[in-house]
Amino acid sequence: MEIIYLLIPISLILLGVIVWILLWAVRDGQYDDLEGPAHRILMDEDRIVDTQKNSRRGDAG
Amino acid sequence: MKSAIAKRDDPQNSVETAAVSAVAGVGDCFHCGLPVPPDLDLYVNIDGVNQPMCCHGCQAVADSIIASGHANFYRVRTEVSPTGQGLVPEFLRATAVYDVPEIQDQFVHSLGADMREASLILEGITCAACIWLNEQYIAGLPGVTDVRVNYATQRALVRWDETRIKLSEILQSIQKIGYRALPYNPDQQQESNRQQRRLQLRRLAVAGLFGMQVMMISISLYAGAWSGMEASFEQFFRWLSLGLTLPVMLYSATPFFISAGRDLARRQVGMDVPVSLAIGIAFASSALATINGQGEIYFDSVVMFVFFLSASRYFENMARQRCAASVEQLAQSMPVVTTRLAPDGGAEESVAAATLAIGDRVLVRPGETIPADGEIISGFSALDESLLNGESIPVDKNVGDRLLGGSINVTNPLQMEVKSVGADTVMAEIQRTIERAQAEKPPLARLADRVAARFISFVLLIVISVAVFWWLHDAERWFEIALAVLIVSCPCALSLATPTAISASLGKLQSAGLLVKRGSALENLNRVTHVVFDKTGTLTRGRPRLERVICSPEYDRGQCLQIAAALEQHSEHPLARVLVQEAGVLEKCKPTRIASTAGGGICASIDDVDYFIGNASYIASHSSAEMPTQWLEEIAADAVTVVVLARADRVIAMFTFVDDLREDAKTLITHLQTLGKSVILMTGDGDAAARRVADLTGISDYRAQMSPHGKMEAVQALQRESSAVLMIGDGVNDAPVLSSADVSIAMGGASSLAKTSADIVLTANHLPAIAQSMIFAAETQRIVYQNMGWALMYNFGAIPAAAMGLIAPWLAALGMSVSSLLVVLNALRLTR
Repeated sequence: MEIIYLLIPISLILLGVIVWILLWAVRDGQYDDLEGPAHRILMDEDRIVDTQKNSRRGDAG
Repeated sequence: MKSAIAKRDDPQNSVETAAVSAVAGVGDCFHCGLPVPPDLDLYVNIDGVNQPMCCHGCQAVADSIIASGHANFYRVRTEVSPTGQGLVPEFLRATAVYDVPEIQDQFVHSLGADMREASLILEGITCAACIWLNEQYIAGLPGVTDVRVNYATQRALVRWDETRIKLSEILQSIQKIGYRALPYNPDQQQESNRQQRRLQLRRLAVAGLFGMQVMMISISLYAGAWSGMEASFEQFFRWLSLGLTLPVMLYSATPFFISAGRDLARRQVGMDVPVSLAIGIAFASSALATINGQGEIYFDSVVMFVFFLSASRYFENMARQRCAASVEQLAQSMPVVTTRLAPDGGAEESVAAATLAIGDRVLVRPGETIPADGEIISGFSALDESLLNGESIPVDKNVGDRLLGGSINVTNPLQMEVKSVGADTVMAEIQRTIERAQAEKPPLARLADRVAARFISFVLLIVISVAVFWWLHDAERWFEIALAVLIVSCPCALSLATPTAISASLGKLQSAGLLVKRGSALENLNRVTHVVFDKTGTLTRGRPRLERVICSPEYDRGQCLQIAAALEQHSEHPLARVLVQEAGVLEKCKPTRIASTAGGGICASIDDVDYFIGNASYIASHSSAEMPTQWLEEIAADAVTVVVLARADRVIAMFTFVDDLREDAKTLITHLQTLGKSVILMTGDGDAAARRVADLTGISDYRAQMSPHGKMEAVQALQRESSAVLMIGDGVNDAPVLSSADVSIAMGGASSLAKTSADIVLTANHLPAIAQSMIFAAETQRIVYQNMGWALMYNFGAIPAAAMGLIAPWLAALGMSVSSLLVVLNALRLTR
């Protein structure tokens, strides 16, 4: 069971990394607008699909 | 790109009118969804199909959207857009002010030599597609380098190159696609709010992540206690728990300690006192036990307590800030622009109110706010000073009377001389008013706070007596039991019960288009028995629309409009503006010898022919022409406003104007009536107009020709009969009535928010939201009672159990946290 003396410090280092990433994300403002990006990505998708559709329609007509 | 206007008989106009988007009904305005007036031929070509438009405003907006290559907007949007308003001269004048350096200082940040950055509030956002359109469109303007729209707050951050585009041009461009943008100053308060939110989130994250580790270890310790564990491992785990709890104590739990310290310094007992005591004592005794190598540890209880408590406070704070932020920012966005007159009284100039100096002469138009304290030097008017002193009836003032900065000029234009500036400006006053309104807590929440404060003192007494009792009877368990009582009795759930529910519902109402200024409004809304409507601008659109043009045989509609518009082009009268807008581009008929009679009409000559335009009595007194009887018959049936165009010898045309009923007015009234509310219509208009609206909407009780004062008295009479009154008005003219009613809702864009004394502002152009809000207020009240019932039940049930030694500290921490969480989750049900 002495392996615990190695495993727990490793998990603590991982914990440290996770905490640091989370704190960085909060400071970077990633949690400031939780809804916008979801809409934005869908919108951009639509635009590309539609312009393709348009150009195809344009070619046909 | 050339204009895409086309006539109705255009061969391209096929049956698939609504194929692009099913948002607007067939035959209704494709842009804003309003019905198209019968004799109007306005179309915009969208994706090869001519789509009908209800007015020139919508047509111009749709044209701009198509011309900028964003036809896609119509395909992806899920809601109709606000009615287009075109670029009216007042708007151009108002936006031009944002180029003045003094005003820019307030709103614009400099990034290097030519780069500028400003935050804008966007009005008119109805769905996600609007965000997309605005981002794409603004980004496409030459000179704009970066734009980001925040969906949650409907704010945009724009960066541009000052040498290539001006802020006013950006604002005007946004207006062209049918939205309204106003710069605002994200001030320190907001910045600190954001910092606070982030700090809270970080604290929560630390408590959560470290707490998880502590819980994990404590599970192995429990398992070890059950099945045996080597002493060295046990000691190692205990030290580990201590080490992992330390960041939670030092970082996440600090707000509780600080707040408790503040309470004690003021000799009060707040909720954070028992919380801090519980956390502190539990941690200290556990740490001592760890160092001594014997005794119980409660690290798991400590982290769990801190985590759940931080979580519920974070949610509460988020909801509260979201509501408060919109109000604050709007107050700021109010461009405090005023019209300064040159010392000789001649030239007008738009300047920032902040730049006014003592002795300046200022012109204040009706509806405008007095920019500084001063004295009237010409004109007389009624002034609404309710924002300043709560006096709801406008005060009549004459030359020589004192004007207070922040009051609103109601009736006539005034010229004033500035007597004092600075801290007494409009902005300071409005800001103060709003702060006052926000500081007001709903009565139920105040009650909960009072109860909680007494409860805490009571709890501390109980804890001491329980500790003494157990110390005398079972000295081994006294600490554990006293700790359990301390943890279990935290009245967090009780204090969270009301604010969480109110915050959640305010957020929900905001997305439904209702901005609530006062928390107490929701409770009052619940008691409402009578709903009183104003007519103009509330049930009707408040904007006259040209309904018909009746021409004499020798002129056609276009010619009549051209002549009328030429005469009226410099008039500020609302009807004149409608005529000018309807006429479109003016051909080169230059009127000369213009003479106007106030409240009557205008006379001018075009190509040496004298024309008269005005109301019927003006025409009768200036021209020998007789009104054809058949015309009079045509208009006699409807209560409409008529403007007559005539030459000296004959009547040329007659224009009739109507103020259209909002199409969803009837839905709202019917809805309110099914909810069992009595609906009353009160209007200053004549009996015929009132009856017409009452009939159309199904209101049986209508009162016409009422003065604002009369309305107020009528509302107070209703209140004396112990009924609670909800007043719905347009917000500006109804200030007295709005403030005397139990709850008031003002119509109009969010930007008028700061001006009105109403409790709630309807920001969406969607009346039935009002009925929904009443249902929703009832729902909120139910949730509040549920929450309070639950919290009281929990506290009164758990304390005796804990005092009897039936609840271990970890169970107490779990129970208290779960009860708070349950209250928060119950409140969040409202947001669905």
